[in-house]
Amino acid sequence: MDPLISAASVVAAALAVGLAAIGPGIGQGNAAGQAVEGIARQPEAEGKIRGTLLLTLAFMESLTIYGLVISLVLLFANPFS
Amino acid sequence: METLNLHLAYNSLPLASLEVGQHFYWSVGNLKIHGQVLLTSWFVIALLVIASLAATRKIQRVPSGMQNFMEYALEFLRDLAKNQLGEKEYRPWVPFIGTLFLFIFVSNWSGALIPWKLIELPEGELAAPTNDINTTVALALLTSLAYFYAGFSKKGLGYFANYVQPIPILLPIKILEDFTKPLSLSFRLFGNILADELVVAVLVLLIPLFVPLPLMLLGLFTSAIQALVFATLAAAYIHEAMETEGEEH
Repeated sequence: MDPLISAASVVAAALAVGLAAIGPGIGQGNAAGQAVEGIARQPEAEGKIRGTLLLTLAFMESLTIYGLVISLVLLFANPFS
Repeated sequence: METLNLHLAYNSLPLASLEVGQHFYWSVGNLKIHGQVLLTSWFVIALLVIASLAATRKIQRVPSGMQNFMEYALEFLRDLAKNQLGEKEYRPWVPFIGTLFLFIFVSNWSGALIPWKLIELPEGELAAPTNDINTTVALALLTSLAYFYAGFSKKGLGYFANYVQPIPILLPIKILEDFTKPLSLSFRLFGNILADELVVAVLVLLIPLFVPLPLMLLGLFTSAIQALVFATLAAAYIHEAMETEGEEH
């Protein structure tokens, strides 16, 4: 593989997964904070809030996973090599 | 999906090895089949069939043992479908959504719980069927077919009216959505399971004993959640296709 391409691919892979982690990180923090607030206000709704929170966290996490898939493709299945 | 055949083989310890994108190819005619995926997915299917047969073989009024467990699972799946599709329409979709959930769930957990790596293959290695992109794409396309079928059978050609509701300006986005739905469904599942197995494999490479255990537990948890997410989203898409405009739910 051309060294320039491999260097660029490694940098791009790191950037892809790193940048993809920012947004979901903020979102997950917000969601978890709001959920804790909800539980503090209404402790009897804890079970329902927990279920919804886990599901939404999984949705947000999948955004990072898309970045991860891109970086895995760049590292292991580089289409330009 | 040929571009996603990842290539990596790393082997520093005899105990732990990391292989991505090496497949155990079978050729049938002109087709190349990933043999390891076929083997493990048929194992999963066999497991599910045996469990269902064992549960329904001697049905009792007061369930016990296997029957009890499967009734619990069925109730869970029915609630899942009912929550998304609503009281009136959920019943015909329970088998589809339940099958999706059970297949994905058992595949994910089989990848984590069954020591597949002890079985040597000439090439590639056995793992969860869902860590191959072909499996997840197949499941996602099935979901697409299912929601188109749901829409057309409910509304006939009037289903196309969905594309210009509420305003026609959204038409390109709505068409794009039909492509992004299976894409995001399949990539979410594939990425999560592959990432999970890679993290565990890398950690086992570094420290083979005890340290990877918490991550393996986290992996079990996330793979169960991913199965739930996949089934929930499939049900939500089907509901969206069947929804009539102006109806409150």
